[in-house]
Amino acid sequence: MTALPLVLTVFVACAVEAIEALTIVLAAGLTRQWRSTFQGMAAALVVLAAVVGVLGPTITLLPLTALRLVVGALLAIFGLQWLRKAILRAAGYKALHDEASAYLREVAAAKAAPEVSKRGVSDWYAFTLSFKGVLLEGLEVVFIVITFGDSQRNLGAAVVGAAIAVSVVAVTGIMVRAPLAKVPENAMKFAVGIMLTSFGTFWGAEGAGVAWPGNDAALLVLVPVVALVSLGYAAGLRRAHRLSAAAPQPQTAWSETGGVTG
Amino acid sequence: MIRALKSFGAFWYDFVIGDDSQVAALVVVALAVTALLTHAAGVNAWWLLPLAAFAALAWSLHRATSGKS
Repeated sequence: MTALPLVLTVFVACAVEAIEALTIVLAAGLTRQWRSTFQGMAAALVVLAAVVGVLGPTITLLPLTALRLVVGALLAIFGLQWLRKAILRAAGYKALHDEASAYLREVAAAKAAPEVSKRGVSDWYAFTLSFKGVLLEGLEVVFIVITFGDSQRNLGAAVVGAAIAVSVVAVTGIMVRAPLAKVPENAMKFAVGIMLTSFGTFWGAEGAGVAWPGNDAALLVLVPVVALVSLGYAAGLRRAHRLSAAAPQPQTAWSETGGVTG
Repeated sequence: MIRALKSFGAFWYDFVIGDDSQVAALVVVALAVTALLTHAAGVNAWWLLPLAAFAALAWSLHRATSGKS
């Protein structure tokens, strides 16, 4: 497999996570204080770099078959979790992820919190909000970079995909100075779920000992099949949801008497 | 210390396994059966894991939309 699908997959997955981290950083910076927000962000980036620096090369020492079995299982489970949420959102069973409202919630909480100086940081709330946001979203980025990079024995390409995604989102965020609400985040999450599930299934089965027909070219069939099945599930559920919403509600004695009519 | 370890474990459980642990269990069982078929029975069961993934997803969606998870 060439490095391009790897870079593109990691790019889209990491862009989604970076957008969520940006929303939290902007809420902390614009509402509270940029200095403490940047300190929190920098501290989280140091922790994340240490995790990649330690785990990335260590995992490469594992035999490729064992690595693909474990990573494949983790990615398939992780990917199915993403797909499940994405399908439920697409079908209307779960609210769509909305960066604008997530931003407003963070801003309201940030405005309400008192300003406390601690351990050389002038605004501890801004520091911890930014640190936790970047660390938690960043751990997902690290997970994707390490699993994809190590399974392809091309950690460098995965790091490049992630670095481009984070840079593009950061630069756009600095220019816009607002959450990136117009990015089709739900569609991106759907696409990431499809890619994670496809690659996880492919590597997991390979780690379990199977030989895919056509070797790596099997991914060219597997990805569209996973996409079609997922879209089919979403369409079926959307239809069922619409039908159940349109169905007449059973009448109760209360409603038969007219309910509250004034 | 124990509390920190518990919350660390809870974070990773929620991070990887998520809302439906049955999906994870199905994937692990399917991988084990694939390995058994391939190594013990000599069957190249490349089709098993994708089918299991689709079934696990359908099962999980059914449970989510019928309010069972």
